[in-house]
Amino acid sequence: MDGVSIPLDHVLLLASLLFICGLLGLMMRRNVIFILISLEVMLNASAVAFVAAGARWGQADGQVIFMLILAVAAAEVAVGLGLVIQIQRRFKSLDMDDADRLRG
Amino acid sequence: MLKLLPLIPLFPLISSVLLMVTVGKMPKRLVAILGAGSVGLSAVTTLLVGLAFMESGQPHHQVLWTWMQVGAFSPDIAFYLDGLTLVMMSVITGVGFLIHLFSTEFMEEDASYSRYFAYLNMFVFAMLVLVMADNLLLLYLGWEGVGVCSYLLVGFWYQNPDNGLAARKAFVVTRVGDTAMALGLFLLFTELGTLDIQPMAAAANSQWQVGDTLPVLACLLLLGGAVGKSAQLPLHTWLPDAMAGPTPVSALIHAATMVTAGVYLIARTHELFLLAPPAMLAVALVGLITSLMAASTALVQHDIKRILAYSTISQIGYMFLALGVGAWTAGIFHLVTHAFFKALLFLAAGAVIHCLHHEHNIFKMGGLRTRLPVVFWSFLIGSAALAALPLTSGFFSKDMILLQAYELPTFGPWLWAGGLLGALLTAIYSFRLVFVVFFGKTQMEPDKQPGSRMAVPLSLLCVLSLVGGFFALPLVPLESVFPVASDHHPSHLIEGISIAIPLIGLAIAYFIYLSGQLNIDGLVNSAPGQMLKKFWFSGWAMDWLYDRLWVRPYKGLAYILRGEWVDVIYNSIVKVCQQLFVGLSHTQTGRLRWYATSMVFGVIVVLALLLGVI
Repeated sequence: MDGVSIPLDHVLLLASLLFICGLLGLMMRRNVIFILISLEVMLNASAVAFVAAGARWGQADGQVIFMLILAVAAAEVAVGLGLVIQIQRRFKSLDMDDADRLRG
Repeated sequence: MLKLLPLIPLFPLISSVLLMVTVGKMPKRLVAILGAGSVGLSAVTTLLVGLAFMESGQPHHQVLWTWMQVGAFSPDIAFYLDGLTLVMMSVITGVGFLIHLFSTEFMEEDASYSRYFAYLNMFVFAMLVLVMADNLLLLYLGWEGVGVCSYLLVGFWYQNPDNGLAARKAFVVTRVGDTAMALGLFLLFTELGTLDIQPMAAAANSQWQVGDTLPVLACLLLLGGAVGKSAQLPLHTWLPDAMAGPTPVSALIHAATMVTAGVYLIARTHELFLLAPPAMLAVALVGLITSLMAASTALVQHDIKRILAYSTISQIGYMFLALGVGAWTAGIFHLVTHAFFKALLFLAAGAVIHCLHHEHNIFKMGGLRTRLPVVFWSFLIGSAALAALPLTSGFFSKDMILLQAYELPTFGPWLWAGGLLGALLTAIYSFRLVFVVFFGKTQMEPDKQPGSRMAVPLSLLCVLSLVGGFFALPLVPLESVFPVASDHHPSHLIEGISIAIPLIGLAIAYFIYLSGQLNIDGLVNSAPGQMLKKFWFSGWAMDWLYDRLWVRPYKGLAYILRGEWVDVIYNSIVKVCQQLFVGLSHTQTGRLRWYATSMVFGVIVVLALLLGVI
């Protein structure tokens, strides 16, 4: 390939950083919408890693998996937003700590 | 016809199982037809089989299948029909059918109608197995079966905890005797190598001499079983409490059939007892002392059913006396006549209770003669037979027992005199009952009359109680079973005294309880009189004694042993589990973020493990 190619290490570093951002958001945010966004960030972090790996080895698999992740993310958002609406209706709030009726 | 033998216990079994699996969903009419009809069919079959048996005259042995096979021990499910079995089967199915018929009306308003008949049919099945068994193991199965049914029926109205206690008492006390009997069976099997009754008797006769220790021991253990089941001293305390069950149950189980199982057992193994004269003497003494104890207790009770219960204990004492002196035929004869008149008395008492709003106290009744005529005549005839007034059925059998007791060398006259004293007491308490309940001032008005399904069994039992003893008819099939008694007759004086004693008792009861010419209030109210009355009323303080002797020490022991180490181990397992549960349930916070965080840390730990960092 022509031009300057970005080294794989850098891309993996970016993917890790994105993933950790998402994970921290998942663990720390109470708003259910932000939890969903954090999940998306984590999904995309892994997708970036796949794409980079595919480019590094010159194989199409990475992009195939990326397409799959897009589909999964779309489906997840569809279900997740439906749940968000239900939570909003039931608890009159988007704070996930309010929805703790399954506590022991 | 003899091949029909297995059908006799099968009918009640089928009916019982049907009633059990339909759990009370069947309409009452159908339950009544099934419950009483199955026993009726058994009675008819018994009649057919009996006629065929009388024609052939040979004992009939029918093996159905081998129950189990363990080495040399292979008891069969097999029936053995001889005269003794036939007599017992006739009583069980005949009197049983009449009592079932009576029950169809007596229990009409009970919500558990179908449960009642399921138990009662199961009882008839178990009792038939008991008397038809050809080996002692199958007999033991029937023996325990009737025990279970007795337990279920005594505690039939289980909503009242007292009834449950009475049922438990009946079960536990008879269990003491049953344990002795089981030990006796073990002993017989190890010594003789078989439990089949006929080969066993033959083996005993060839291996043992009269008076050896082993037969005495075996017979005493069997006597233990008989004493428990037949409510004799010292295991009689359960029977008066067993009156907590419905009255027809008392008539069938606790008067006519089950409690005579002990008498049957001793008669069935009489060849063993003949080898053990000391055991025979023990049987006679147990019988005599029990009959006197129970008769004196019956004299002062005021619950109509308790009087009859003590009377049953006393009459079974007579049967034991007869067996003990070797008057086997007389003992079984008394068993049969007793089944007639005691079933009659219990059913009549049931009718009184039924018509008087469940009143049991005889001093709250009175003057029922004109108001319940059918019941009055039944009761009168039953009491006459119980008191052994001349020409009733009880007279013939009791007379036979007393005369044969007199014949016994050495102890004979003493046993005879004791028996006569018992007969006197019997006459007094039975007519005390009649005079107090049916004569005198009316205190309660009956609110209903017994219907036809009550009146018919009562009338039939009246006839049986009156003529059941003539010609000693029930004895004919027994001739081939037992050794023939000596034909020697004692003097006319002895016979005259036996006839006169019940009449004297009747006269005493008349003067005390009806005409009032004989006033015993002074005697009763004096200090010793009061004490004696109290002593008798408590049934010779047996319950008190057993409470101190067994129940309280046992409860005390249980109390002391509450903290023993086996329990500590098991309790600490429970404690640890409970603590773990409490701890773990704290982690179930219901917070999504907390779950996600713990998953993240879990994944980190797993990854670290996989990568070999830790």
